[in-house]
Amino acid sequence: MKETSTGTRTTVVAHGVFRWPRMLSPTGDAGDAIFRSLLFCCALLIVLLLAAMIAAMAYRARPSFAQFGFDFLWGRSWNPVEGEFGALPFIYGTVVSSLIALILSVPLSLGIAIFLVEQAPKGIARPIAFLVDLLAAIPSVVYGLWGIFVLAPFVREELGPPLQGLFGWTPFFRGTITGIGMLTGGIILAIMITPIISAVVRDVLAAVPMAQREAALALGATKWETTRVVLANGAPGILGAVILGLGRAIGETMAVTMVIGNRPQISLSLFDPAYTIASVIANEFTEATGDLYLSALIELGLILFLVTFIINALARLLVWSVARRTQPARV
Amino acid sequence: MIISCEVMVKMSWRVRSACLILLSLTLVWQACSGRRGGPAGGAVRLQGAGATFPNPLYQKWLSEYSKIDPNVRIDYQSIGSGGGIKQIEAQTIDFGATDIPVSDEELKNFPREILHIPTALGAVVLTYNLPQIKAPLRFSPEVIADIFLGKIKRWDDARIKADNPNAALPSADITVVHRSDGSGTTAVFTDYLVKISSEWKERVGTGTSVNWPLGIGAKGNEGVTGQIKQTPNTIGYVELAYAVQNKLPVAAIKNRAGNYVEPTLDAIKMAAAASAAKMPDDLRVSITDAPGDGAYPISSYTYILVYKEQRDAAKGKALVDFLWWAVHDGQRFAPSLQYAPLPEEVVRRVETKLNSITAGGRPLRAEAKDGG
Repeated sequence: MKETSTGTRTTVVAHGVFRWPRMLSPTGDAGDAIFRSLLFCCALLIVLLLAAMIAAMAYRARPSFAQFGFDFLWGRSWNPVEGEFGALPFIYGTVVSSLIALILSVPLSLGIAIFLVEQAPKGIARPIAFLVDLLAAIPSVVYGLWGIFVLAPFVREELGPPLQGLFGWTPFFRGTITGIGMLTGGIILAIMITPIISAVVRDVLAAVPMAQREAALALGATKWETTRVVLANGAPGILGAVILGLGRAIGETMAVTMVIGNRPQISLSLFDPAYTIASVIANEFTEATGDLYLSALIELGLILFLVTFIINALARLLVWSVARRTQPARV
Repeated sequence: MIISCEVMVKMSWRVRSACLILLSLTLVWQACSGRRGGPAGGAVRLQGAGATFPNPLYQKWLSEYSKIDPNVRIDYQSIGSGGGIKQIEAQTIDFGATDIPVSDEELKNFPREILHIPTALGAVVLTYNLPQIKAPLRFSPEVIADIFLGKIKRWDDARIKADNPNAALPSADITVVHRSDGSGTTAVFTDYLVKISSEWKERVGTGTSVNWPLGIGAKGNEGVTGQIKQTPNTIGYVELAYAVQNKLPVAAIKNRAGNYVEPTLDAIKMAAAASAAKMPDDLRVSITDAPGDGAYPISSYTYILVYKEQRDAAKGKALVDFLWWAVHDGQRFAPSLQYAPLPEEVVRRVETKLNSITAGGRPLRAEAKDGG
């Protein structure tokens, strides 16, 4: 069969052989070309969707931006009645509650994953892994209810008083303990992100070549030292898992709303109520009347995007630097 | 399609099947995006959305009304008063619902004249968690305002004691619980506080969400209830229906006549009746802090919003007939769900409003005469 196909131009010659543009099909196979373009569309769709969301939110946030400008970012007052809106208490609440969650969850998740991969016999590892995965499937509103009825009273009566007794001299554990506040919100988040982080870390550790362990053991390393070798090997993957967990913590809405106290204030004390960006949007969006109010909430949504983006970027930088240090071959 | 059949025949089977799939997808797409037919069998469908507070009553009405007129199908979504106002303003629904009348400023955004139809009465109650106290606590208005302003900090404050000389009030801090989500309940409660306290009016004001001077925020009536039930020495406000169903202790509140009144359906109806005479022509009225010996002071109407000039005569007729039924026969379903029925004089006012609804200039109730 004779064909004439030059560059990106497609020509159908007299006896009718159809050719796709070379750009789409370097191999010249049309089926592959269709497959390739379908996949490309999928990827493009996500990018377009994200761009469309950001554009729409930026557009709808104009009244608030026009009114407050960058003061919105560090404004501390949130008063729908007077039309004063500031984002700082919400940014603070989002970042701090997520940090508490990470501080509590990362060691726990690592412990679970290391136990399941390195130590536990199969008969125990399987059911435990299953239960941890099950935790991830519980709807967040159920976590919230459990938070109100079990965790909040626990913090108020069992956990809070001894903490205050030991650390009451620091600004972090002062004030009345109602059981509802930043600490309870952070603990709920920690419980919610633990299954995600531990599941991913588990897979990461399982993917570390057995040869690494064998080499370490052969050199006379103890179980503990071997585990450290394995962890170092999986460090980038582990950081990735932490980022995933952090993403969930930052965006989590229902469960946090139910236990954090929903008060737009910046207080160092972890017993005091706080507020997160996701929570205030969920709480006030349905009844927000007036353009300024609505646009302030939308601008908060944009800021949530931004906060997530910055934290993700920082974490990725961290991954790169760690990866460069531990295993230069892989970069 | 661009590729001719002749060309298609000569293509490899893979390309042909891919093209066929594309072609069939296109056809399916066109079939799906094509206009769906109108309602089947001449049935009229009405869409409503708005306030969550009257939702149980409205759902009851919808199911009862579907037995009376099976040709009318009405759906109501409880998305919140704000959403209800927005959607009826954009004319994406046939009726909206709100717990608080639309503000003057917002009324200007509506394309045509909108009518406020009161459908039932509700109340906001104060509830608390003081295990040792059995009889209902009593509060005077200034004490309520000062508790929520943070000026009265402890339960054994002299001013709370003055209202409750016989109660064994604990020597403990008061924890205030309020709604964190925007809500008509908050709007009614703060509307009351604005009327009874000038300091509240200056510092906080009224709205579906306000900048609370203190306390913890909980989502929804269920959130506030949960928080109060779980935490000793708390005080908060919820809807009456919610408090009754959950058997919460509710406070008696001193009304304008100086009597401590517990929130009962009769007391709410009295608040409405006492202010019925002063009801403005558009029926937008706040009945908090109402006069009348037995009136409960934190009562309010809940409204359905409809356009005075309906665009579709058949739908408009169905809507007016439904509303007519709701404010007459429908009222008997209200008490069992803890809503107070409308006073007689208010029903008369609503009748006038419903009779004034037109489609294409023709009144929709006219041919029915007095058929309600």
